[in-house]
Amino acid sequence: GKNEDLKQMLESSKDSSKLDAMKRIVGMIAKGKNASELFPAVVKNVASKNIEIKKLVYVYLMRYAEEQQDLALLSISTFQRALKDPNQLIRASALRVLSSIRVPIIVPIMMLAIKEASSDLSPYVRKNAAHAIQKLYSLDPEQKEMLIEVIEKLLKDRSTLVAGSVVMAFEEVCPDRIDLIHKNYRKLCTLLVDVEEWGQVVIIHMLTRYARTQFVSPWKKDVVEEYNENNFYESDDEQKEKDQKVKKTYVMDPDHRLLLRNTKPLLQSRNAAVVMAVAQLYWHLAPKSEAGIVSKSLVRLLHSNREVQYIVLQNIATMSIQRKGMFEPYLKSFYVRSTDPTMIKTLKLEILTNLANEANISTLLREFQTYVKSQDKQFAAATIQAIGRCATNITEVTDTCLNGLVCLLSNRDEIVVAESVVVIKKLLQTQPAHHGEIIKHMAKLLDNITVPVARASILWLIGEYCERVPKIAPDVLRKTAKSFTNEDDLVKLQILNLGAKLYLTNSKQTKLLTQYVLNLGKYDQSYDIRDRTRFIRQLIVPNEKSGALSKYAKKIFLAQKPAPLLESPFKARDHFQLGTLSHTLNSKATGYLELSDWPEVAPDPALRNVEAAEVVGRHRWNVEGSTSQVHIFGFQVSRKIFYVFYSDSEDSKKKAKGITKKRNMSSSSDSEASSSEESSSDSKSESDLQSDSQSGKPGRAASKEKKKKKKEEKKKKNGKGLAAHYHFSRQPCIFGERMVSVQVTVTNTTDQKIENIHIGEMKLPAGMRMHGFNPIESLEPEGSITVSMGIDFCDSTQTATFQLCTNEDHFNVSIQPPVGELLLPVTMSEKDFKKEQGMLTGMNEASATIAVAPQNSSSPVIIERVVKAANLGVVPSGQDNIHRFAAKTVHSGSLMLVTVELKESSTAQLIINTEKTVIGSVLLRELKPVLSQG
Amino acid sequence: MIHSLFLINCSGDIFLEKHWKSVVSQSVCDYFFEAQEKAVDVENVPPVIPTPHHYLISIYRDKIFFVSVIQTEVPPLFVIEFLHRVADTFQDYFGECSETAIKDNVVIVYELLEEMLDNGFPLATESNILKELIKPPTILRSVVNSITGSSNVGDTLPTGQLSNIPWRRAGVKYTNNEAYFDVIEEIDAIIDKSGSTVFAEIQGVIDSCIKLSGMPDLSLSFMNPRLLDDVSFHPCIRFKRWESERVLSFIPPDGNFRLISYRVSSQNLVAIPVYVKHMISFKENSSSGRFDVTIGPKQNMGKTVEGVVMTVHMPKAVLNMNLTSTQGTYTFDPVTKVLTWDVGKITPQKLPNLKGIVNLQSGAPKPEENPSLNIQFKIQQLAISGLKVNRLDMYGEKYKPFKGVKYITKAGKFQVRT
Repeated sequence: GKNEDLKQMLESSKDSSKLDAMKRIVGMIAKGKNASELFPAVVKNVASKNIEIKKLVYVYLMRYAEEQQDLALLSISTFQRALKDPNQLIRASALRVLSSIRVPIIVPIMMLAIKEASSDLSPYVRKNAAHAIQKLYSLDPEQKEMLIEVIEKLLKDRSTLVAGSVVMAFEEVCPDRIDLIHKNYRKLCTLLVDVEEWGQVVIIHMLTRYARTQFVSPWKKDVVEEYNENNFYESDDEQKEKDQKVKKTYVMDPDHRLLLRNTKPLLQSRNAAVVMAVAQLYWHLAPKSEAGIVSKSLVRLLHSNREVQYIVLQNIATMSIQRKGMFEPYLKSFYVRSTDPTMIKTLKLEILTNLANEANISTLLREFQTYVKSQDKQFAAATIQAIGRCATNITEVTDTCLNGLVCLLSNRDEIVVAESVVVIKKLLQTQPAHHGEIIKHMAKLLDNITVPVARASILWLIGEYCERVPKIAPDVLRKTAKSFTNEDDLVKLQILNLGAKLYLTNSKQTKLLTQYVLNLGKYDQSYDIRDRTRFIRQLIVPNEKSGALSKYAKKIFLAQKPAPLLESPFKARDHFQLGTLSHTLNSKATGYLELSDWPEVAPDPALRNVEAAEVVGRHRWNVEGSTSQVHIFGFQVSRKIFYVFYSDSEDSKKKAKGITKKRNMSSSSDSEASSSEESSSDSKSESDLQSDSQSGKPGRAASKEKKKKKKEEKKKKNGKGLAAHYHFSRQPCIFGERMVSVQVTVTNTTDQKIENIHIGEMKLPAGMRMHGFNPIESLEPEGSITVSMGIDFCDSTQTATFQLCTNEDHFNVSIQPPVGELLLPVTMSEKDFKKEQGMLTGMNEASATIAVAPQNSSSPVIIERVVKAANLGVVPSGQDNIHRFAAKTVHSGSLMLVTVELKESSTAQLIINTEKTVIGSVLLRELKPVLSQG
Repeated sequence: MIHSLFLINCSGDIFLEKHWKSVVSQSVCDYFFEAQEKAVDVENVPPVIPTPHHYLISIYRDKIFFVSVIQTEVPPLFVIEFLHRVADTFQDYFGECSETAIKDNVVIVYELLEEMLDNGFPLATESNILKELIKPPTILRSVVNSITGSSNVGDTLPTGQLSNIPWRRAGVKYTNNEAYFDVIEEIDAIIDKSGSTVFAEIQGVIDSCIKLSGMPDLSLSFMNPRLLDDVSFHPCIRFKRWESERVLSFIPPDGNFRLISYRVSSQNLVAIPVYVKHMISFKENSSSGRFDVTIGPKQNMGKTVEGVVMTVHMPKAVLNMNLTSTQGTYTFDPVTKVLTWDVGKITPQKLPNLKGIVNLQSGAPKPEENPSLNIQFKIQQLAISGLKVNRLDMYGEKYKPFKGVKYITKAGKFQVRT
């Protein structure tokens, strides 16, 4: 074959020549040349140790596997092996390539791989699993039901990495399964700001559709809340009636509000697609009074490249028809430059026309005058249309516009004149009475105008209003009868019309002329003309055959005709969801998902409630900004101690309650940490506070303090309060390698600004270090902010104490880490684990036999519970009854190996191997209840 | 989402194709060529073209059409924004986004495209992550590679993608730690015949070049942040901090990136730094016209206006122009009818002037409209809005970085109607 040299290079023992060959092959693929005959030679290198060769082989495989299915199967085992690799990135890329090989025979293998990957502890692997779902679905749609199960599972995922990808899969595979979204709705809203930009677009579009099925319309009454002042003189009955009325007024579902609130910051995205997605969301979901906030951002996008401008302008065009007010303040941003491409110019003109009103029309008409003179004649013609539309829509300027257009009739450019004639014709139809002069003027133009549409328009006008120009009309017919045979079909039809109308109104002068024209028409080449001629003759010239109709000929021909509506061509687009391809094309694109109408009655909002344990996961800091993701290896981790400094009024007490409700596990390992605590209800939270204040645990002193202050300040009208909670984010700390990353959320529960929140004096045991957060200059009432800090606990559970200061006061805060938070997960293979474990025996080993509650004995539960309790990485295990976990301590990097071996009769052996024997034994103690309790 | 991508040059050659799903035949591009022919000039090729089985969404960048093939509903801006990101990446890797650069680096291009999309959905688009995956070419490296057989593909797998700050690569180390910010403002304006401003606004960006070791946490504050009416952010910026304190707080990506784009409130009056005196006329029934343009600085600036270039699209009837300039050089292209006058720096004592005779096609009607003058200029060390950086603080790292802020004002779409 012709690629003999490449084959030889691929057979070579040297990586460099293999690599050269692969590069040349990729070059061929890029140019669209066929390289399929090299398949056997290439596929042999799929397991190459050289990472670049391997990657290029992958590129080749994805391109040709479909065509060479049998040979492609040779590579599958390599990927299956890699799916088990301890390195998450290798697992992910294996899944990516495996799922991109479109060979139907491997569908079961893909399905299995996707299922496994969807439970992988690495969110990156799970993200790739979500991508693979769509690939498998397009390869074999029969897998749909199984894939939906995977989607359902991944929708529950809390990682921001996964969210966009799984929603994408949802949209492609089962967009109608709205029920899968309910329980994940609030989470998606909360995660949204932290999702990568492409995922944001997909999620926002999906949530728009979702919201339109679940909430009632906010448009019926734009009053959100209406407070009912007690009227002293009203009787009780009247009052009741009024109350009922108030109840009927619209109140927005808090979940609806949540979506609007959490998408708003994304208007500031650098990505035009994200900005547009939020804009369309507000358009389709927000109360009309709020939709205006998107205008500014959309106008900002007009500074971008022409493609972005084009799409954004199209959408603004649709919006500006319905709600002028939104864009009126930005009128001048739509002014046209001579350097704009025509398609941009026309869109801007469209918007300017939509925005025209009594107040701005004179400015606009002045601007339009510049455009009419444009060298770009297509655009000049569009401007004339626009002037016509302004003239019909705003009656104050109809005459001005008409006069302007008449002036244009003497323009040198034929296109301009023709367009003006057509528009004038339409305008005159709306008020023919006053305009005999203009019609005369136009009749004179007929000698010079050659554009058929314009000639036809003039002839129609003269015919229609022939009684207003009785002298001119027959003369025009005479002239055009002469030129009939050389006219365009369009013009011929109008000559016939003119003849017919004159015959009926002024037969004395025009009878012969009309008959002459009808004779010409009878033998015309075009059958349309011949048909029309026959039809007209039958109607207007009475004979025995013509029936009753000819009596009504005058009524038929000279009936008053409705004036044409001059409408925006964008009017019809508004039934497409904005921002979509279908909207741009103005026709339904394949796969377009219809936006439903608001329901009359909203489905039960409780559908979106999540079981308490999950609610707890919705922490405020999820929305804080990009640095605050709290997901590592798929488990929501949150341990925090709650302290309120002082508060007094009823109001702030309620707020304090709200915060207590969000409590997850307390940091201590005593019975309070049980999961029943997680579901603490409103009624219980008060007692929580009580017990908090009685216990001497770190962080609780503050509650005590709160109690005291509460009494002291009760007399004062305005109370103050600062709530803070912290949690361990389980991320590598950005402040230093040996530090544990701690995130603190400070909330101002007062009605006043709190200023200068910063860290004051620190009391740290010897050796410990702390990196505080940047001072918070001020915190608005109700505001909350999450800040990061780092603490080096020196691998001990000693307490770090420091002062949290505001401008006016300071408080002592103590943080004692649970031992499980002094660790960072380590990825290793089972083999390496065993090797390391072998070196950490004797003194370095601690073990215990524990009872395991029956519900805890399945693998996923054990893994979940252990990983939740301590920041450990899971080691893949070959045996079902043995689970291994590995981590290193944050400060010294010492290995911490945990083994859980299930034995008979509901017991298990718990083994910990580490040099750090002290924290090893503390960890052992803390892990025991984790598995033994139900 | 994105099924395939074709790169097409101005003469209509498809010089690269990439498919993320099944292969789509090149012939789909015929619909694009058809639309291109209809559009006459490249600027007017519609970005979205429907075909019987696919939709084509394209962008035009640096004389290349990036034509993507779509099969189902997708927000068009999603695709457009992504294609521009691809072009940006090429620019970033090869120093230019040209046909030659792409052809010379076809393997890297392919590797990049492979990482940027998975099954048509964006996977890694952050430059910091891509550079860890695929090293950009340098002359030295390609020589070394060809000798040692080592590769362009990173052997360490990127950690950034897995971290909570995906835009920053890990383990950054510099001997000189530097942070530079360029505040660049562009004035978009339409000036009417009489010299009064029809429309003007300021669009600004802050482009950063940050070479700082470790994990620096930066705070940039302004003297007058309220000037910024509408801002868009790089994802690294903590939005809440801006909302509450008007401070830009962020852990930066490594290298060059755009920190923010902003628009200055249209309520503020925009200072127009130049004025143009013009006298352009075509006589009735004569085959010539007069052209006389002077550009001058407005007094209140105190800074030098430089890099001044004027471009004018003359009416079709213009055959030629005989002009003399007191400063700079001018060219007139009789085919495109574009007059370009490269003025350079304006000295207030001696204002640049260009005047002379315009020759018209004999017999052609007098041009309806006088052409618009498009002006470019540059003013160093000035942000025309008055925006001023107050200070830059760094947390999280011990060393003292070198910090610098540069201001520059330019003409954006600056047009004078005559």
